[in-house]
Amino acid sequence: MVDGKAKSGPLLDIRNLRIEATVYPPGEAPRTITLVHDVSLTLEKGKVLGLIGESGAGKSTIGLSSMGYGRGGVRITGGEVILNGRDILKGGKEGLRKLRGREVCYVAQSAAAAFNPAHRLMDQVVEATLLHGTATRAEAEKRAVALFRKLSLPNPETIGQRFPHQVSGGQLQRVMTAMALCSEPDLIVFDEPTTALDVTTQIDVLSAIKDAIRDTHVAALYITHDLAVVAQVSDEIMVLRHGRLVEWGGTRQIIKEPRQEYTNALVSVHEIEHQEQQPGTAPMLSVKNVTAAYGGGHVKVLKNVSVDIFPGQTLAVVGESGSGKSTLARAITGLLPPEQGSVVFDGRTLANRLADRPKEDLRQLQMIYQMADVAMNPRQTVGTIIGRPLEFYFGMRGRERDKRVAELLDEIEMGKGFIDRYPAELSGGQKQRVCIARSLAAKPKLIICDEVTSALDPLVAHGILKLLLNLQQIEKVAYLFITHDLATVKSIADSIAVMYRGEVVRYGSKSKVLTPPFDAYTDLLLSSVPEMEIGWLEKAIKGRRMESAGN
Amino acid sequence: MSSPIVKLVAQRIALGILLLLAVSVLIFAGTQILPGDVAQAILGQSATPESLANLREQLGLNQPAYIRYFHWLGGVLTGDLGTAMSSGQDIATSIKERLWNTLFLAFWAAIVAIPLAITLGLIAVRYRNGWVDKLISGVALASTSFPEFFIGYLLVFYFAVQHQWFPAISTVYDGMSLGERLQAIALPAAALTLVVLAHMMRMTRAAILNVMQSAYVETAELKGLSAAAVIRKHAFPNAIAPIINVVMLNLAYLVVGVVVVEVIFVYPGMGQYLVDHVTKRDVPVVQAVGLIFAAVYITLNIVADIAAIVANPRLRHPR
Repeated sequence: MVDGKAKSGPLLDIRNLRIEATVYPPGEAPRTITLVHDVSLTLEKGKVLGLIGESGAGKSTIGLSSMGYGRGGVRITGGEVILNGRDILKGGKEGLRKLRGREVCYVAQSAAAAFNPAHRLMDQVVEATLLHGTATRAEAEKRAVALFRKLSLPNPETIGQRFPHQVSGGQLQRVMTAMALCSEPDLIVFDEPTTALDVTTQIDVLSAIKDAIRDTHVAALYITHDLAVVAQVSDEIMVLRHGRLVEWGGTRQIIKEPRQEYTNALVSVHEIEHQEQQPGTAPMLSVKNVTAAYGGGHVKVLKNVSVDIFPGQTLAVVGESGSGKSTLARAITGLLPPEQGSVVFDGRTLANRLADRPKEDLRQLQMIYQMADVAMNPRQTVGTIIGRPLEFYFGMRGRERDKRVAELLDEIEMGKGFIDRYPAELSGGQKQRVCIARSLAAKPKLIICDEVTSALDPLVAHGILKLLLNLQQIEKVAYLFITHDLATVKSIADSIAVMYRGEVVRYGSKSKVLTPPFDAYTDLLLSSVPEMEIGWLEKAIKGRRMESAGN
Repeated sequence: MSSPIVKLVAQRIALGILLLLAVSVLIFAGTQILPGDVAQAILGQSATPESLANLREQLGLNQPAYIRYFHWLGGVLTGDLGTAMSSGQDIATSIKERLWNTLFLAFWAAIVAIPLAITLGLIAVRYRNGWVDKLISGVALASTSFPEFFIGYLLVFYFAVQHQWFPAISTVYDGMSLGERLQAIALPAAALTLVVLAHMMRMTRAAILNVMQSAYVETAELKGLSAAAVIRKHAFPNAIAPIINVVMLNLAYLVVGVVVVEVIFVYPGMGQYLVDHVTKRDVPVVQAVGLIFAAVYITLNIVADIAAIVANPRLRHPR
C-alpha cells in the first residue's frame, strides 16, 4: 500500500496490451513484429496469477509490462496498464522509476546472474527500500534479516554480509525473493524463479516463496513454462501462446478440466508409452570401476562407477547438478581420462585418452549436447553440418553425400527444404534435431545425450523424445541419456543409474529402480518432481526423509 | 587479505622480476651486436690497433661478454649505472634529475587525463548513440589521430605564440616554485593528455557497455535506479579491471613514450636525454635509459594485473 488510501477495483488491470519489437533479420529490411496481441488481465490484491506458455508466448514480456519495462528493443505500443488505480504508461520515465522497486518488484530466473557480483547481498537487498526512502537503513536491514529467516536461509543474521558467489544457487533465489519483499511492494513478478534449479532445490524455494506470499499478502504474477509448478502457487492460471490468450481460469479448472486443446496438450505432456527392454546377455559398453578427478586428482568427481549399456537400449543417468553425470560422459568419451578403471566397448578396452583412440572408436561414440545452438557452427548450413561426419568418417562426397543428408533430414522429420538454412534460422527444437541427425550420420552404436531436452519447451521436448525412440527402433542405436528430469527418464529408459556426489547409489532396470523400497536419495529425487495436483507441494515437503544437497 | 590473492600477487611480482632480467639480457646483447665498441667510439679516427687494445684492456672490454654483463648488472643493482662516454659524468646522477622531471610531467598529465577520460566514458555510456556520445567519441578520436608533434606545435602556435599564456619552451630548473613549474609544463602536459585521452575513454565506454548487457543491470533498472546511478553503482565496479589495464598502459606511455613531446618542448626529461645520447652513440647511457623504461613499463603492468586481481570480489572473498 503506497499511500494508505483505500482503493476500489483490482490492484493490476491490464487492458488490451499490445507489445511490439523491431527485428533485424540478416539480409532483410528491419520489420516490426507484434509480441503480445491485445491481452487483458486483472489481478486482485494478495492473489497469485500464473502465466504459462512456451518460450515466445510473451509471458515475461507481459509480466515486465506491469513495471512499464521492455527488454531490449521491446515497446509497449497499445493498451493500458492500470496499477493502484492509475495508468502507469502515462506517468513518464520519472513515474515508472518511482513505482519500480516500490510498488512492483521483480524476481529473475537466474538469481546468480541477477545479483551484482561486486556488492554484498545486504546492500543489494535493501537498495530499493533506501532509494525510495520507505525505511531507514537500520529498519530495512532488520526487515531483510526477518525475511531471510522466513525464507529459511542459513545464518539469516550474517548471510547479508556475503557476496553472491559465496552463496549457492537455491539460496540466492531465496535472497532475491527477500530482496523483492523487502520494500513491501503490492505486486511481485516472479519470472521462472525455479527453472534453473535442481528438482530437490526447486521444491525448497517453491515452498519458501509460497509461504512468503501467504504471510505478506503480496500479489504476484508467477511466470513459468511448468504447469505442475504453477499449480502449486497460483490461484488462477492464464495460458498464453504466440502472444495471445488461450485460456484463463482457476487453477483447478485449468489442470483438471482444460477447455482448450492447447491447454490439454500442456497438461497431458510427458506421457510416452515405452515398453522396457530386458538387458541382453552381453553389454555393448561397460564402465568398470571408473574413478575420475579434476585439478590433477584433487577433486574426485567420479568414485568407482560401474554401469553397462546393452545394444539398442537406453541407460538413463539421473542426478542433481554436481552429481557427476556429465563427468561420466566425459570419462567414457576420453575427454577426461579416468584415473582408475576402464571403459570396455564391444569386448575391447578403449584407450583412456581421446587422442589415443582410433577414428573408428570415435565414430562409434557420438554426443548430443544440451545447448544445440552453441554446438553448431553458426556460419555453416544445415547441409554442411550434417554432411561433415559423412565426409570425415566415410569419405562421402558430392551427390552421394547430399543424398544421405536428405535421408537423415527425413529421418528427423524436417525434410530437404532445410539443407541450405543456417542454424540461426531454426527454432530450438529444430536445432536439436539437426544435432541428432549429425550424430546419426556417423552411424554410431552409442549416442550420449547430455540433457538434450532440458533447454526446450515441454511440448518440443516431448517431440524430441519421441523422435529419439523412433530412431532407436530404426537404427538400433543405444543411448546413454543424462538428465535431471525424472519424467523424461520414465518415458525412455530401459535401465537407470541414480548418481549422488560422484557415486552410483541405485542401478538396475527401470522397473526395479522405480519400485519401492527406495534408498533415501532416490526417494528424495522422486518425491521432488512436481505433480500436477493441488496440494502436492505441502504433502511432498511433509513426507521428506532427507535434506536436499543444495540446501 | 586472503591466501589466493597473496599467492597470485606474489606470482605476478616474481614473473615481473624474471621478465626484467630477460629484458636486461636483451638490452645488453643488443648493444653488443652493434658494430664497434666503446673503445672505438672514444678513440674515433685516432684509433690504432695498439691504442684500441690498450683502452679495451683499461675498460675491461677484453673480458668475455657474460662477465661484462654480470659486472654491468651488479652495478645496476647497486645503483651504479656506469659513466657516460661523451661527458664522462656519472649516469645515475644525471638520470636522477631527468627521471624526476619526466615523472613530474607524466604525473600531471595523468592527473588530468585519467579522471577526464573515465568521466567522458561514463557520459558517453549514459547518452549512448546520441549526439553527446558521438561528439565525445569524435573529438577524442580526432585528438588521438593527430601525431603528437602536430598537436604540440598547434598548442605552441595558439597558446605561446598568439596568446602568450604559456611558454613555448618548457625549461625547468632548481629553485622554481611549483606554480612556475606547472606553468612551464602546461603545454607538454596538455599535448600528452590529448594523445592518451581517446584510448582510455573508448575503453571505459566499451567495458561499461559490455557490462550493461548483464542481468544485474536489469535488476538495478527494475529497482527504479536512474540511468546514471545504474552506470555508476552497478556497471562501473564490474568494468574496473579492463579500465585499469588500459589506464596503466597509457601511464606507461606517458613515461616511456614522451620522447617526441620532450624534444618539441625542449623539456629536460628522460626522452630528451635518450635522444641526445643516441645521436652521440653513447652506449652505456642508452642501456641505462632502456633498462629504466623497461622497468617502468613492467612495473605498471604488474600494478594493473594486481589491481585487476584485487578488484575481483571472487578472489578477494573466496568461498
